[in-house]
Amino acid sequence: MKFTLSWLRDHLDTGATVEALCAALNRIGLEVEGVENRGAALAPFRTARILSAAPHPNADRLRVCTVDTGLEGAAPVQVVCGAPNARAGLSVVFAPPGTHVPGSGITIKAGEIRGQRSDGMLCSLRELGLGSEHDGIAELPPNTTPGQSYANYAGLDDPVIEIAVTPNRGDALAVRGIARDLAAAGLGHLRPWLADTVEGTFDSPIDWAVAFPDACPLVLGRTIRGVRNGPSPAWLQERLTAVGLRPISALVDVTNFFSFDLGRPLHVFDAGAVSGGVLTVRRGQGETLRALDGRDYVADAEDCVIADDAGVQSFAGLMGGEKTGCTETTTTVFVECALFDPVRIALSGRRHGLVSEARQRFERGIDPALPAAALEAATRMILELCGGEASEVVSAGAPPDWQRTASLRFGRIAELGGLAVPPDEAVHALETLGFAVRERDEGRATFAVPSWRNDVAAPVLLSLQPGSDGDEAEAVAAVEAVEAETDLVEEVLRLRGLDSVPPVILPALRPVPAASLTPRQGRNALARRVLASRGMMECVGFSFTAREHAARFGAVPESLRLLNPIAADLDQMRPTPLATLVQAAGRNAARGLPDLALFEVGAGFDETGQRTITAGLRAGRTARHPGRAARTTTVWDAKADASALLAALGVPADAVSVTADAPAHYHPGRSGVFRQGPRIVLGRFGELHPGVLAACGLDGPAGGFELFLDAVADPKRRRKGVPDLPSLQPVRRDFAFLVEKRVTADALLRAARGAERTLIAGVSLFDVFEGDKVPDGMRSMAIEVVFQPRERSLTDAELEAASARVVDAVAKATGAVLRS
Amino acid sequence: MPDDLDALKQDTLRALEAAADPRAWDAVRVGTLGKSGRLTALLKELGRAAPEERRARGAALNALRDELGAAIEQRGRAIEAEALQARLLAERVDVTLPVAPEPSGLIHPLSRTVEEMVAIFGAMGFTVAEGPDIETDWHNFSALNTPAHHPARTDHDTFYLPPLDGEGPASRMLRTQTSGVQIRTMLSVPPPIRIIVPGRTYRADHDATHSPMFHQCEGLVVGPASGAQAITLGHLKGTVIEFLRAFFAMPSLPVRFRASYFPFTEPSMEIDIGWDRRTGEIGGGSDWLEVLGSGMVHPRVLANCGLDPRAWQGFAFGMGVERLCMLKHGIPDLRSLYESDLRWLRHYGSSPLSPVVLHEGI
Repeated sequence: MKFTLSWLRDHLDTGATVEALCAALNRIGLEVEGVENRGAALAPFRTARILSAAPHPNADRLRVCTVDTGLEGAAPVQVVCGAPNARAGLSVVFAPPGTHVPGSGITIKAGEIRGQRSDGMLCSLRELGLGSEHDGIAELPPNTTPGQSYANYAGLDDPVIEIAVTPNRGDALAVRGIARDLAAAGLGHLRPWLADTVEGTFDSPIDWAVAFPDACPLVLGRTIRGVRNGPSPAWLQERLTAVGLRPISALVDVTNFFSFDLGRPLHVFDAGAVSGGVLTVRRGQGETLRALDGRDYVADAEDCVIADDAGVQSFAGLMGGEKTGCTETTTTVFVECALFDPVRIALSGRRHGLVSEARQRFERGIDPALPAAALEAATRMILELCGGEASEVVSAGAPPDWQRTASLRFGRIAELGGLAVPPDEAVHALETLGFAVRERDEGRATFAVPSWRNDVAAPVLLSLQPGSDGDEAEAVAAVEAVEAETDLVEEVLRLRGLDSVPPVILPALRPVPAASLTPRQGRNALARRVLASRGMMECVGFSFTAREHAARFGAVPESLRLLNPIAADLDQMRPTPLATLVQAAGRNAARGLPDLALFEVGAGFDETGQRTITAGLRAGRTARHPGRAARTTTVWDAKADASALLAALGVPADAVSVTADAPAHYHPGRSGVFRQGPRIVLGRFGELHPGVLAACGLDGPAGGFELFLDAVADPKRRRKGVPDLPSLQPVRRDFAFLVEKRVTADALLRAARGAERTLIAGVSLFDVFEGDKVPDGMRSMAIEVVFQPRERSLTDAELEAASARVVDAVAKATGAVLRS
Repeated sequence: MPDDLDALKQDTLRALEAAADPRAWDAVRVGTLGKSGRLTALLKELGRAAPEERRARGAALNALRDELGAAIEQRGRAIEAEALQARLLAERVDVTLPVAPEPSGLIHPLSRTVEEMVAIFGAMGFTVAEGPDIETDWHNFSALNTPAHHPARTDHDTFYLPPLDGEGPASRMLRTQTSGVQIRTMLSVPPPIRIIVPGRTYRADHDATHSPMFHQCEGLVVGPASGAQAITLGHLKGTVIEFLRAFFAMPSLPVRFRASYFPFTEPSMEIDIGWDRRTGEIGGGSDWLEVLGSGMVHPRVLANCGLDPRAWQGFAFGMGVERLCMLKHGIPDLRSLYESDLRWLRHYGSSPLSPVVLHEGI
């Protein structure tokens, strides 16, 4: 919402500066978005008159002018001017030396031009930054008094203030409403406003009918005949231009004026273009309307329209139609002033993508008590600007019942708002806003709510949870008991300024605060630290990606596809953050950074919902270094990262088993799934499938993993047992087995570990070999077994027996034989 | 000293002098003091000498043996030291060679910012609540006093997902704000409530200053509506001021409160901090920058969640994690946060070994 300072002063009697007004607007909730003062840059420019203009002795195109600058006691100055229209008697715009010319960016200097003295400049409008015309210097009307400030003379020293109006404050979409708020905030006095009635002299040939009363409780109108439409006067054009509207014609400009002045949209029909004598407010019937913006709209049964015998002529509350719009040739006009249902206007406007000044105001709610007075004021202005004769007012419907009261217990201002405002001050502030005291005693006051504040003591509408068994009537009663009062507390605090509320520290719940994260939440932070410590960079990727890409990493159900994606490649919720990491790797590779290690802790989505997935990706090669060749990423890098994280999260290594059935985005032969017990899947890892990598612009191998932190059991806060610290030295024995290739290392290690529960303290694999000296289809696996004696040292015989049990157990479980 | 002994002595000392390595030195040692060494031989011969001669010669031989023994030992140590010196010289490396690179990993500045928020609010007794990114229309809008026709909904460019069976159109969406978690919390936890909700949010807007996905951190406090324990707007101001001053580590950061409007709070206010528009410096200059929206929880929101607004009241606030993160670190471009550009991550990331702890400063 834009307005000019002078327009504001029509309604507000104030001596406050623009700065003071803006500070107050910000304080009371009418946030200032900008202040534009076109006059400030034009301050040095003055009106002047050319007394004489003679050809320049040394230049054909230049003239030597003497100029009356109008300054008292100053002699005329000489100015050399190149404009063809510079002539004696012309009223012009003069800039003295030292003036910065906004249109050209230069600063005028006194001096000589081709040997002739020149003490200033005569300006074109373009040089003033006021348009593109540059046929010559600006020609002001004859008899313009020299010496005036040009900005003042042209009405340009009127700052334009733009404010943001929140959805609850329809009344602030009017200059008068803003003035009222400022007056209540102590920035002046609201000037009285009263519309003089214009008596009608004939019956309106056009009447109203309302066939859709839910959408339109009241509509007024009157015919004005014998008007001469044309450009509106300069003051009106300047005001509309200043607030960003294009002046069109006097009749249309009048409606726009009241839209801004009183927040009261009006519409004017060219009565000559209206068919039949009745305008009907009704539902749309699928007709097409060409609106004043030149676009065609199809009005359906949910839209409220105004129709004549020939069909729909206006989109109620949104925009009029082109066919019945007023033009330069209009001689009879029918003025519409109506109340429309805000919700219907909002929904229609949104459905049709139709934004207008009228919609903005109707959807926030129009002052329901204003239509009659506004119509009178508009009639009077039309008669003043266009002449003519007004009919009687015609109407349909009835003014809605808008009267409401609101009560305030003075103690609530402190109890809710944290500031004890004295009752007299609170009451005075509300009265200045237009609230009228109905009753008052020591502890409370009841006010009549002004018609323009539909946001105060509004009807209570609740939205209890679907399926909840709460008592809605009871809930509504509870809200009604406090809401209107809260509205009033807000008004009092807002006008007083929220900065004046003293800050208070929340009482401590306990001397030392409890943990703010649950153990599960804490794991995400731990995962980040573990992976970053392993040299991986944390990323934050979008939760959605291209459907085609998402499909490479999991299911892409329709239910997770956005209906209105912002871009075609951001339309599917990602199954895993690994999907977006691979894209990030592709982007980095394209920048010449193919060697990377990335991770993300974020949501992955599937049909059952979302879960937190920690995904990591290593791609490219390790750095070369003297004595150490670069190598590409392998499945082992991915497994190492994932295993380190599982270990850090407290998952015991021997509780995790690995199976070779990772999903299709992994290399089928170089990937695995971490499992805990028969049901729990902790995650998966492996080299990524070359097809997936190629599709993302990655050519080398890459290793990735995904861990499902939610699947990891909650850490138990149990006291640890006593540590096992035997005093006897452990004994280590190596075994090399010849085993079929299909036998997994995991199976072999488990068998060895299980051979002897009490004596074996650890089993580890130290060599895997196939090829020469190993039969086809077999491989050799060498393990180290640590025997830990407890009571006494082992005898050779006992050690032999334990070793034999290891060999037997491994042979039984895997068919392996000890290599000789 | 008899001539022969003197000759032996001179020979031996010369030979020692000439011995350059342990083997040559050992040959001298054995040749002199070994079983068949020259001195050993002379000592053996001593028995055959006449007794009076034996005494004098014995003393001379013993003296010579001690002298040569010491000389041999000394020369041995010297050769050892030379050999060590030579070996160490041979083992010299170019210590300016760089060590093998160990790529360092870093934490994303958004994670860091959230952790800082959690730490500060945690110190004020807040705990972290979470909710799903895919929300229902009721949790995201209706329960928050934003019915379908509400003009505030047009400010939220909502991403919609297909409705599930039995649900109306536009019933499933990506949450446009974390406020839905307020609703979930009030429905499931009895007051008093003191939570913050950091999380991902989504709006269909993509340009230099808007990202279709971003992060918010919401806060909610609910307590009694009356009496000494009543939660007032004063508490809201105190909480937010202390947070902002701790977050920016500026004990006197200017904070301004302006009346505003949100459907789910009343009274509502926007909160600005002082900064210098020209330099971007926080706390300096005479300009104001909006960083939070907040207000007292609207009675309708409490009632929608089954709380009696006559008995309970509280406050809520919400802030953009990106905005605070960018301000604190001077990050100029919003979109760079989600680009995963390695060079950017190296520049703005923080060490995993300096987790957020208040006593070390944040």
